[in-house]
This record gives sequence, structure tokens and C-alpha cells, in this order.
Amino acid sequence: MVNLSSSPQDRDTQSLVPQNLAINVTGLTKIFGTKTVVDQFDLSVPKGAIYGFLGPNGSGKTTTIRMVCGLLVPNAGHGTCLGYDVRTQSAQIRQRVGYMTQKFSLWEDLTIAENLDFVARMFQVENRTQKVAETLNELGLSERSSQLAGTLSGGWKQRLALSACMIHKPALLLLDEPTAGVDPKARREFWQTIHQLSDQGVTTLVSTHYMDEAIQCDFISYIAYGKKLIDGPSDKIAEMVGLFTWRITGFGLKQAQKHLENARGVEQVARFGTALHVSGRDQEALAQSVKQFCQGTDLKYEQRTSGLEEAFIHLMSGAEDNFQ
Amino acid sequence: MKGHNFSLARLVAILRKEFIQMRRDRMTFAMMVLFPVLQLVIFGFAINTDPKHLPTALLDRDNSAISRSLIRSLEVSNYLDIRYLPKSEQEAERLMAAGKINFIIQIPENLAADIGANRPAQVLIIAEATDPSAASGALAFIEPIINTGIRRELSGALSFAASRPSLVQVVVHRRYNPAGITSYNIVPGLLGIILSMTMTLMTAVALTRETERGTMENLLAMPARPLEVMSGKILPYVLVGYVQTIVVMIAARSVFDIPMNGSISLFFIVTTLYIFVNLTIGFVFSTIARSQMQAMQMTFFLLLPQILLSGFMFPFRGMPGWAQIIGEALPATHYIRLMRGIMLKGAEASDLWADIWPLGLMVLLVSALALQRYRRTLD
Repeated sequence: MVNLSSSPQDRDTQSLVPQNLAINVTGLTKIFGTKTVVDQFDLSVPKGAIYGFLGPNGSGKTTTIRMVCGLLVPNAGHGTCLGYDVRTQSAQIRQRVGYMTQKFSLWEDLTIAENLDFVARMFQVENRTQKVAETLNELGLSERSSQLAGTLSGGWKQRLALSACMIHKPALLLLDEPTAGVDPKARREFWQTIHQLSDQGVTTLVSTHYMDEAIQCDFISYIAYGKKLIDGPSDKIAEMVGLFTWRITGFGLKQAQKHLENARGVEQVARFGTALHVSGRDQEALAQSVKQFCQGTDLKYEQRTSGLEEAFIHLMSGAEDNFQ
Repeated sequence: MKGHNFSLARLVAILRKEFIQMRRDRMTFAMMVLFPVLQLVIFGFAINTDPKHLPTALLDRDNSAISRSLIRSLEVSNYLDIRYLPKSEQEAERLMAAGKINFIIQIPENLAADIGANRPAQVLIIAEATDPSAASGALAFIEPIINTGIRRELSGALSFAASRPSLVQVVVHRRYNPAGITSYNIVPGLLGIILSMTMTLMTAVALTRETERGTMENLLAMPARPLEVMSGKILPYVLVGYVQTIVVMIAARSVFDIPMNGSISLFFIVTTLYIFVNLTIGFVFSTIARSQMQAMQMTFFLLLPQILLSGFMFPFRGMPGWAQIIGEALPATHYIRLMRGIMLKGAEASDLWADIWPLGLMVLLVSALALQRYRRTLD
């Protein structure tokens, strides 16, 4: 397991002085019954950063987010969120955090406007009426404001939920798979908004399954079976894993995949569209295996830098050995 | 929790939300109006029982060997328990208004003399007839018991009288419900059952619905205090309770001709207490139940004893001791007594204090439990 929790320091201007951290928790552990869902989790999120949370389903991402905003009490561990103790000051944290749940959790039997108005009232937003009108306008939902939220399509629900959790201008956004099931255009717009907010100093912790979204994050943490496998600046993750990758294209990929899976030095073979990505940590053995198989065939091969995807597939296969 | 106190603005926000949701929920509306009407129609009939040991006050003006024998035979009969020996009729009437006794037996001062002189003799029995089944069962047995008791004492010079088939005529006066109409008894009690059922169910479902739909997570992520959430969830249904009460009252008057002999304001004060007890019980249920289905099951689990052990269906004093103890712990028991007291007897707060304070205490205890149980986390 690679543990590089001090890596945010690489990001020259940021430092780990607690004042500059929006989230700073250590040893966070959550046990449901006999199952340890989150195990000794450390998380340091610099203020204003976009922090990506990756990991397979059921890896403990949602539980961690809930512990950070005080919705779940950790069994062990301590730390702060926006300077407030996650164990004892959850009321203060709630007032300053915008939390978007994985499942749509606004009231389907309230209209769009009523939902926004309710949220604004609960957070005691100043100039509430104006703020709600503005939000509706930005969403482009002014004309549909009296439509029941339950009748919105999936993508619109996500956008409404995002707007609702930002209505009180939170200092920290906790977004739990906010773009699951959302079309690419809406996703792009969504990420534009997140970048704008980041420029304004808003911190975002976002969980996602999409690699193209992970790349947009300043930092990434990969978790599986409740344990953190790696974290660091998103552009350095692949490098940290120490993985080398060859890209093979041409006819007969199926056969190539079958053969290479058992070849020396090959740790994983993954199909990406019309190409095969063959990765492993033993650079020489890997190169030899690839060349040996491809020479004398029509297949083209080239070495390329390992991407996040390869890195995470690799981490996952290791995780199974370690934790299952 | 500094700087995070109870906020009226947040309470208003929750109240607004609940009202909007209630307005859009046809089920709530149906329950509010149709349920009481349906129940009133269904429960138009009473169930007869044969209660024993009914508390009785006795005024013995004669104090003769014959009257004492009469009293002894009543005591061994098991139908009546002579618990009070009031000095005056007024005192006896007060005991009845307060619900402490079911019967007053008055023995006239010249009972023995009348029997000896072969004059028609009478014993007066005043029966509390709000629950006609309780009264009539016992009344049917009283006359023969009294006659047997007196006959035992007739010897020597009086033995000639013993051969007469009926020595004493028992005069019965029914109080509060002179015609012995069962709906008089059923309808005020039914209000207690209807309110218990709908009020508990509505709040029991109110929180579990949020949990089931996943909106609870959103609500919990907001800076709301438990008291705000609880008040916001409970207060709208107080109004629903009033609507139901008024529906039942209108039906009681127009369909069943039930009188309202007591004070309307006392009626509403007591009803408000009762509504709060049931709403807070429902809120406690919703902190335990994981689904709306479970919340509903819990409501029915409570409803059954409220119907069976509260004196609504069977005369309270006809129940075995352990059942009476459970009955005393149920809010419906006290409320039904209060309703019968206020509507039929015209009793006042001072007469009914014994049943008012338990309701008040229940409101406090259950509210405290509800607040303590309300989780601010998803744990």
C-alpha cells in the first residue's frame, strides 16, 4: 500500500498548517455492527481545493463524508471540519457546509421554489426571497418554479440539489457522487461551477466514479474497503503507483489480451476502446513480454504514461488481496 | 452549542413545509374527515357485559336489623361494593359526578316499620347510566338480592310478611342517561379512540416518511434543533385533531343527539391535552420505527389496548385488576372518562381532576422521551 498523506505539501503554496485546512481528520473509524466500514482514515483537505474521493461502491466514501459533516458519529478518530470539532460541534459545521446527498433528498412533494425557500429558511439566508429568485434564474428554472420537484428529470434534480446545497454560501461543499447518471453536457457545466467556486475560495470534497472528473480535482484520495490506498495531487498519483503501461492497437486484440494476461511482468490488461493497455511495475519484464508477443504480428505497440485509470485498476487488484 | 439556540424562523420553515405537504397528501385529508365519520357509523352498537364489584355509596336512614341484613346480602352478592357511606344526598351525588361510584342506594328511615305494618316499602337506587350495559346488568340482580336479605331477618312476629312475594319495591333512577341509550356512552368514548388512532399514526409516519424517502439525511444536515423539528412535525396535526373533534361533535349532536352538558372550554382544554399526548407518542414511535409500515404496526399495537382496556368497549370496573392497572396507564382511559364526565354529566374541572392530571403528566413524560430519542445523526 502506498501511503503519501503528506503529499499535498508538494503543491508549493499550500501548507499543512491547520488554519489552511478545511478538513483535517485523523484515524476516523466507523463500525456498523461487526463491519468496519471506514478504518483509520486520515484526510487533509486544503482550503479552496477540489478534493476527489474515488473508490468502488461500498468502499466507505459516503460514510466518510457523513462523518465529516457530523451526520454520523465516528467510533474512533478525531479532527476538525472548518475549524470545528467533528465530534462535538456538528451544529456549527452544518451551518457552514453544503451537503449534496448521493440520492436525491429534496422533497418531491414540494415545488422547486418551495424546496429552495425551505432550505433558505432553514439556513436563515439573508434576503431570502431575492436569493431564491436568483438561484431559480441561474438554474433556468424560473418559469418552472411551481413544478413539483419529484417530476423533474434526473439531471435537473441533480442541478436543483446542487443549487439548494449552495444557497447559504457554504465554505465547504460535500458532494456525494453528484454527477451519477447526469449527461455529459450537464456534467461539464457542473464542473465549471465547481471550478468557479474553488476560485472564490470554496472547498469541495467530491466523490465520483468518473476518471475524467478525477483529473479535474486538485487532490485525489482512493479508498477501498474502508481504507485509503493512496492520496496526493491528481497529476502525481499515477507516478506514485510506479506503473508502466504499453498501448497495443490493431487486429487480434482479444487473443493478445488472453495471452498477455499470463505473461511475465504483466500485472493488468485492460481494454480501452480499440486499444489494449498492458501495465506492470517491472519495466523490463513488461517490455520484453509485450515485444515478444507483438513482434511478427500486425499489432502496433508503444509505451505511454500510465493514467489514473490504470493506476486505480492496479490499486484495486492489490486491495482485494490485502483486505478481502 | 453556543450561538445555536432555538430558532422561531426555522420552526416556521418546518411548519410551512409540513402544511404544504399535508395539503398535497390526499390521505391525510381522507383520514381527517372520513375516518371519524366511518368509525361513528360502525360503532353505533354497544357490547353487553356483566360487570361485578361496582362501587356503591350507601345512605342508610333506617339503621334497623332489616336494613343491615339488606346491606349484608348486597355485599356478599359480588355485584356491588359498598365503598362510601355518605352523610347526605349531596355528598353522594358529588361522588357520582366525580366518577367514583356507579350506584347510590338509599334506604328510607321507616323501612322496617313499613314492612312490619304491611305498608308498601321502597328502596331507592340511583344508577350512573352513562354506560348502560354496566348499570343494567347489576340492576337486574339487585331487587331479588334485597328481598332475600330482608326475608332472612323476618322471624317471630314478622314471619307473616316473609311469605309475600315482594317485600320491597326497588325504585331505580338513572342518572345522566335516563333512557339508557348506548350511543351516549359510545360516542364520547369514540372521540378518544379516533383521536388516538389518527393522531398517533400521523406523527408516527411523519418522521419515518422522511427516513424512507431519504429526505431525513437532508433535514439532518441542516442546522435544526430537535425541539424545532419535533414542534414543526407535531403542531400542524393539532389542527387536524381539532377538525376531527369538531366533525365528531357535529355528528354526535345531529345524528346521535348527544348532549353537551359541561363546559365547552373545559372540553377543548382536555381534548388539546389528549391530542398532544397522542402526537408525542406518535413522534416517539417514529424515532423507533425504521419504515412507515413499522410505524403503522406500532400504532395499531397501542390502539388495541386503548380500545379494549380503556372502558370504551367494556365497562372499566368489570375488568380484572391487572387489566385495570394497564388501563390506568393508557391516555384513552382518562380521556374517555373525562368526555363522559363533561358531555353527559356536566362535570367541572374540580370533579375531574383525578383524570386531568394523568393526561398532563403523560404529555410531559412522553415529550421528554421523544426529545431524548430524537437522533440528530444517521446512526
